[in-house]
Amino acid sequence: MDIVELSRLQFAVTALYHFLFVPLTLGLSILLGIMETVYVMTGKPIWKQLVQFWGVLFGINFAMGVATGITMEFQFGTNWAYYSHYVGDVFGAPLAIEGLMAFFLEATFVGMFFFAWDKLSRIQHLIATWLLALGTNLSALWILIANGWMQYPIGAKFNADTMRMEVTDFMAVLFNPVAQAKFVHTVSAGYVCGSVFVLTISAMYLLQGRYKEFAKRSMTVAASFGLASALSVVVLGDESGYTAGQNQKMKIAAIEAMWQTEPAPASFTLVGLPDLAAHKTNYEITVPWVLGLIATRSSDQVVPGIDQLVDQAKGHIANGVLAYRTLQQVRAHPKDAVLRTQLEAHVGDLGYGLLLKRFRPDIENATADDIAKAAASTIPDVPVLFWSFRIMVAIGFWFIALFAVAFWFSAKRELDRHRAFLWAALLTFPLPWVAIELGWIVAEYGRQPWAVVGVLPTALGVSSTDASNVLFSLLGFVVFYSALLVADVYLLQKFIRLGPLETIDAPEDAT
Amino acid sequence: MSEYEILRLVWWALLGILLIGFAVMDGFDLGTAALLPFVARTDKERRIVLNTVGPVWEGNQVWFILGGGAIFAAWPMLYAASFSGFYLAMILVLATLILRPAGFKFRSKLENTRWRGFWDWALFAGGVVPALVFGVAFGNLFEGVPFGFDNMMRMHTSITLLSLLNPFALLCGLVSLSMIVFHGASWLNYKASGIVKQRANAAMLYAAVAFIALFTLAGVFLGQVDGFNIVGTIAHDGPSNPLLKTVTRVPHGWFANMTAHPALLLTLIAAYAGCVLAVLLRRFPGYAMLCSALVPAGTIATAGAALFPFLMPSSSEPDASLTVWDASSSSLTLAIMLGVTVLILPVVVAYTVWVYRVLRGPVKESDIDSGHAY
Ligand code: HDD
Ligand code: HEM
Ligand code: HEM
Repeated sequence: MDIVELSRLQFAVTALYHFLFVPLTLGLSILLGIMETVYVMTGKPIWKQLVQFWGVLFGINFAMGVATGITMEFQFGTNWAYYSHYVGDVFGAPLAIEGLMAFFLEATFVGMFFFAWDKLSRIQHLIATWLLALGTNLSALWILIANGWMQYPIGAKFNADTMRMEVTDFMAVLFNPVAQAKFVHTVSAGYVCGSVFVLTISAMYLLQGRYKEFAKRSMTVAASFGLASALSVVVLGDESGYTAGQNQKMKIAAIEAMWQTEPAPASFTLVGLPDLAAHKTNYEITVPWVLGLIATRSSDQVVPGIDQLVDQAKGHIANGVLAYRTLQQVRAHPKDAVLRTQLEAHVGDLGYGLLLKRFRPDIENATADDIAKAAASTIPDVPVLFWSFRIMVAIGFWFIALFAVAFWFSAKRELDRHRAFLWAALLTFPLPWVAIELGWIVAEYGRQPWAVVGVLPTALGVSSTDASNVLFSLLGFVVFYSALLVADVYLLQKFIRLGPLETIDAPEDAT
Repeated sequence: MSEYEILRLVWWALLGILLIGFAVMDGFDLGTAALLPFVARTDKERRIVLNTVGPVWEGNQVWFILGGGAIFAAWPMLYAASFSGFYLAMILVLATLILRPAGFKFRSKLENTRWRGFWDWALFAGGVVPALVFGVAFGNLFEGVPFGFDNMMRMHTSITLLSLLNPFALLCGLVSLSMIVFHGASWLNYKASGIVKQRANAAMLYAAVAFIALFTLAGVFLGQVDGFNIVGTIAHDGPSNPLLKTVTRVPHGWFANMTAHPALLLTLIAAYAGCVLAVLLRRFPGYAMLCSALVPAGTIATAGAALFPFLMPSSSEPDASLTVWDASSSSLTLAIMLGVTVLILPVVVAYTVWVYRVLRGPVKESDIDSGHAY
């Protein structure tokens, strides 16, 4: 494997791993806030017990979130040095603001949450818990603004003097519609994850007939919060689809395995078998109109197919070659105003020109054949996107059904009476993680071959270090992370098995 | 001075402040971890040590993360060149830092002695390795590291892990380690109790002697290292393109700033004075702690003042060296980030101070048994 593949693999492994812990932190921190609010309002010790028990599990998970986050923060510098140079002017800002505004908050108040039960008043402690939850959510906001910009790079422009992208409109970067859609969808996914976690473990206690009062209360909170979040994930998932449809047409076409443009409104392919060689999808079962409605919010706009998008890419690439050629001249004659105006005209497609680097180093001499190859390379991995997306969506609908039932039973106060329901809840345990990781695969793998869509191809973004270094660090992370995961899971299951009464020193008057 | 020039200067100062924030705040918990096997023998003692930093080390570590983020935002070329250039050294630091959250959180959750012993060593490594490596990295900045840029501004480099381990850089690593250990000992002297406190008190003395000796030695050796100098003038508000200037190497060049502006020697004096005063004030641990914070602050400021305006000099193609004038973000980004920092950093400092007030007072054995402890 070359350095590009190794770096991508390392990023994928470490990011997917980081995101095993992140959603649980996002969800549980809010659930802890809700439970502690009930405790402060009612004064009933059992609610404090709830907060402390789920808090222990939260803490173990949080530590892993922090440990794996540190790697992410520095990986842009170690493994993606050219990327960091090329877009750091835009991309670094949200990362720095995340540290300042979010990480300080969450990391400071997580200490208060665990250590200051005896040192703070109830209200003060409650505030600390909510500030912790606020911190985790703000962190998601800023990192997703950064990530949203990679999907839809607005508010920035190429500067020939510094050879990089620079901010022109910070507000546009901040209020990027893609980032907003991503934020709500991802954060809701985290809430679902936290709710499923609480629901499942409580279901286990009920099936075992242990800690009934404790489990039923936990479940009630998880059911209502989970139902709201599950609805929001699906509704806002649709929003993600819409914003992706607006600016990443290739991703939508690949998710749909839609090779040729259909007359509007396009139909939605429920299932089928994408055939890469023949550019068609076999055994399709389609639902008329639905895709057109989702992707364009209209019944008359066309959703372009993959083949048509590849043709369009050829035009952009030819333009990009011009831009690249002019750029070299501008660099040789930095004072020539005419050349700069010429560059202005094509520079928007410079990124497309850079796609050619993979096929020949001297972009300026590219042939029609090279351009066709580069255009074909803009097609992401269709079957992976097609299936990942469908599984995510199916799981989304399952969550709505499960939480709706849980909510209904909790309203009727018969959570412990339906064993089939409790078993269903128990078996749902891994599904949030499956959906979430697949979601990221759709978003990130579907962005390929771009690191920043239309601006910087992934293959160019890597560092100029030895591939053997990257291989070494990749192996190191895999070994380290696997060992940590074993310790983490061991501790979690140990405390879950012990249950609330043995895990925390329960107040005497708890039921 | 133009606006862009001022912004670059301000961000150079802020870079220093963030590094000092990291070395002062995270420094004492790294130092505490580095002292763990020496000042605490029994499990109770070790838990006392861990719980002196238990509630705060996570917040402190954010100074490190923020340092990374701020370099990325304000000095993207430095972020790209240093972290990819020092690749394996950086991975080593990350690996040991990853162990810390798990170490703190997991260690006392099981009774097993081997489990606890393992995490104690992991935490020890998590304190010693970053302190050493950051010092070594700083030392290499003075020596210059081999890198340059092609016509797309892509960096090429021939840095290897072994080339980083030259004698001067290793000496700087030891300076850094001794300063962190000293600061950590001062913290334990302030925050621990009983026998742990006594041992930390003694450790302060040893660490102070080591620091003063090593720091002085590094100063002497720095005279042997050729400095870097920009030939002619460089536009202080020009585009961030490091290929537009000429740089030569000058014998004793790193002393040029101090010779030209003797007031800069105050940074050096602060490091020495902080060290001596902290030792003398050991019986007043709070004041000693404030003085020992001067040690990392003065040391980093001394290094920064000597290097200015260089951020990362190149030994193989000196003209490509990164400086304050040609490796920053655009003036818009610098301005926005300055606004954000001015708004938020005071809030962070305010709630951090509040937290330390809530947690004031030494950690005693009885605190460990309360249930809310590592
Ligand atoms: C949607 C949310 C989200 C996403 C996409 C990411 N993270 Fe994350 N990160 C969090 C949400 C989060 C969090 C919820 O705030 C964490 C997880 C668990 C935790 O303890 O805090 C966290 C921890 C965390 C930490 C430790 C913070 C601390 O000490 O408190 C760092 C340095 C990062 N992350 C950095 C990153 C980077 C550079 C990412 C991009 C590649 C990234 N994270 C993706
Ligand atoms: C934590 C959630 C995330 C997950 C699970 C995730 C997943 C992935 C995956 C699977 C890849 C590899 C794609 C490939 O190379 O084929 C990737 C690449 C990448 N992602 Fe993400 N990602 C996450 C968040 C982010 C965020 C928030 C950012 C930016 C702030 C980001 C930036 C990148 C970069 C720079 C690459 C490498 C270049 C590339 O391969 O495109 N990722 N990510
Ligand atoms: C009907 C249900 C759903 C729809 C229509 C949907 C839609 C989408 C789309 C289109 C993307 C890609 C966005 C992009 O490429 O930028 C995405 C990403 C993602 N999805 Fe879903 N999704 C659904 C359910 C879920 C569920 C149930 C979860 C997890 C609980 C989930 C978690 C994620 C995550 C974590 C991402 C990556 C972050 C992002 O890009 O927003 N999704 N989803």
